[in-house]
Amino acid sequence: MSSELKVPTMAELFAAGKQPEVLFWVGCAGSFDDRAKKITKAFVKILNNAGISFAVLGTEESCTGDPAKRAGNEFLFQMQAVTNIEVMNAYGIKKVVTACPHCFNTIKNEYPGLGGSYEVVHHTQFLKSLLNDGRMVLEGGTFKGKRITFHDPCYLGRANDVYEAPRDLIRKLDAELVEMKNCKKRGLCCGAGGAQMFKEPEKGDKDVNIERTEQALETKPEIIAAGCPFCNTMMTDGVKNKEKEGEIAVMDIAELIATAQDL
Amino acid sequence: MEYLPNVIFAILLVFGIGYFARNVGRLKRNIFLGKDVDVSDNKPLRWKNMAKIALGQTKMVVRPIPGILHIIVYVGFVIINIEVLEIIIDGLFGTHRIFAGLGKVYDFLIASFEILALLVIIAVVVFWIRRNVIRLQRFLKPEMEGWPKKDGNLILYIEVVLMLLFLTMNAADFQLQQLGSAHYVQAGAFPVSAFIAPLFQGMSEANLIMVERIAWWLHISGILFFLNYLYYSKHLHILLAFPNTYYGKLRPKGQFKNLEAVTNEVKLMMDPSADPFATPAEDAPVPEKFGASDVKDLDWVQLLNAYTCTECGRCTSECPANQTGKKLSPRKIMMDTRDRLEEVGKNIDLNKGTFKDDGKQLLDDYITREELWACTSCNACVEACPVSIDPLSIIMDMRQYLVMEQSAAPSDLNNMMGNIENNGAPWPFNQMDRLNWSQES
Ligand code: SF4
Ligand code: SF4
Repeated sequence: MSSELKVPTMAELFAAGKQPEVLFWVGCAGSFDDRAKKITKAFVKILNNAGISFAVLGTEESCTGDPAKRAGNEFLFQMQAVTNIEVMNAYGIKKVVTACPHCFNTIKNEYPGLGGSYEVVHHTQFLKSLLNDGRMVLEGGTFKGKRITFHDPCYLGRANDVYEAPRDLIRKLDAELVEMKNCKKRGLCCGAGGAQMFKEPEKGDKDVNIERTEQALETKPEIIAAGCPFCNTMMTDGVKNKEKEGEIAVMDIAELIATAQDL
Repeated sequence: MEYLPNVIFAILLVFGIGYFARNVGRLKRNIFLGKDVDVSDNKPLRWKNMAKIALGQTKMVVRPIPGILHIIVYVGFVIINIEVLEIIIDGLFGTHRIFAGLGKVYDFLIASFEILALLVIIAVVVFWIRRNVIRLQRFLKPEMEGWPKKDGNLILYIEVVLMLLFLTMNAADFQLQQLGSAHYVQAGAFPVSAFIAPLFQGMSEANLIMVERIAWWLHISGILFFLNYLYYSKHLHILLAFPNTYYGKLRPKGQFKNLEAVTNEVKLMMDPSADPFATPAEDAPVPEKFGASDVKDLDWVQLLNAYTCTECGRCTSECPANQTGKKLSPRKIMMDTRDRLEEVGKNIDLNKGTFKDDGKQLLDDYITREELWACTSCNACVEACPVSIDPLSIIMDMRQYLVMEQSAAPSDLNNMMGNIENNGAPWPFNQMDRLNWSQES
């Protein structure tokens, strides 16, 4: 079924005098990381299928600065932020959707103080709104009755109180949503945030992603759902570490939906 | 001679409250060693948070057992203060049970104090068992050794003693009322101390009066002692929880503050018309120190946080780094900040109002880099804290100091930052390849 992806850039639309409904902020992981690129493509397929007018910045996009900021480099963060804000403001962007909770948090919460105010939504919120407005239909055939547990990304959940959109989408797939012992407000970090993704963890008894994977495995899931490319990597590593990759898949909510829609 | 007890009482009261006031002054001075921060926004929401979190204890019941026990002790403490008011009036004017005129209401009040006192004793015993017999994980962390552990238990002992004195006092009073002793008005209902009263059966009136008076004096002295103990104890939270929840973070937890000093410099750097070789204007402010290496670099809300910390360890038990055996403990971050602040405060007192460099600072001497770098900035600690403390903000400020003042990030992070600077991504990929994914099948 895989047809060509239609991925318009802001530059193209701008040249044609058009303004998309929403800017899709792809993020560094979504652009470069092999695993995360699959999430990006799944999300675009859904948008294409639903006929949503969107665009990406492409080569004009740059790191939001989140890992620099959490590592303590406020300079680098603000340089990145100001550059990105200039680009987005030049295009008159109003609404941004992203599949990365770190980009989501930074653009939504930290850019306004530097001159960049947009309506920012996480892709699960966006997809949920498409469902509500009847612009997307979802049937759960493939996932009917499957045990799925959802790992709350810290920067989506605790940091911004988004807990229900991803869960609603999973329920919409007729799947059996099972919660881990730590979920929602008390969710456990995957171990990647705060720039940890880019360094070796400090010495301890075990890595955070192993602990989190153990919590996920306790629910005996068939699928571990995630809503963040970094969580996805951490949980995938954890599942491999437990030698369960044959039985348990780690999938982004966008991938679940694209699969359910047979895209 | 007749007025001697009243005079002694007045002296005791003045001394007790005066010493407390002196400590409050010191506390304020220390807290305002911190940088100024504007927390004057959104007053209605701030009042609401205080009412909910400090007064309403909403965050305590996240863990139901300690939560409910804590509410008992808290309500007991608040309500028994009405009794303290009566004691103070009686003490100053030589009256006895001055509120007795309230009749039925008075009986009800005394009865409810007694029941609360009993409940408090039960709760405190359970707390003690949790700390010392069941040995709950979060009370056993390294930062709890020594004084913090003793402090935790001492508070429990003091509370039991105060409650027992109160009940003993009432029991003796009850007996005296039975005897129709002069001065001892017939008032109050004693549902709990009635069970202690039989112990005093058959005692002479003089002895009963002695028991009653001793319990009364020890009770009020104990309360004044406890008041002054607060400053040296984690128990300070019974006062500071209120301002602390009022000034607690209102922004989304993931929103970190944008450093204004940096914004100004970035604007200059990005401004094509700015002359990079221009000499700075005469009145240009001294470049600010970025981030925090000592307590004075933190803002006063962060310092207030440190004094408010109850050392309950709810933050630490939720911290993913701590759960997986790393050195980081957000509770320790708060305790270290308070200890260092106390040290700085003492230094100022010793040196007649100015701080003399003692060659120490919060960073390295208290909080190690290993702890700082272990944080995932997940906000679990912030969410868990029952009194709206934000340990993460201190961790982030100290990381800023390490990176922007000392260029002392771990080498992997330096690589990451180099990549962002050069390629606009944390990995060494070319920005021009950002859209390649759309062509790949
Ligand atoms: S934010 Fe940092 S200190 Fe707080 S719980 Fe998470 S990892 Fe621990
Ligand atoms: S910071 Fe809050 S949660 Fe942590 S020990 Fe102190 S009071 Fe408890």
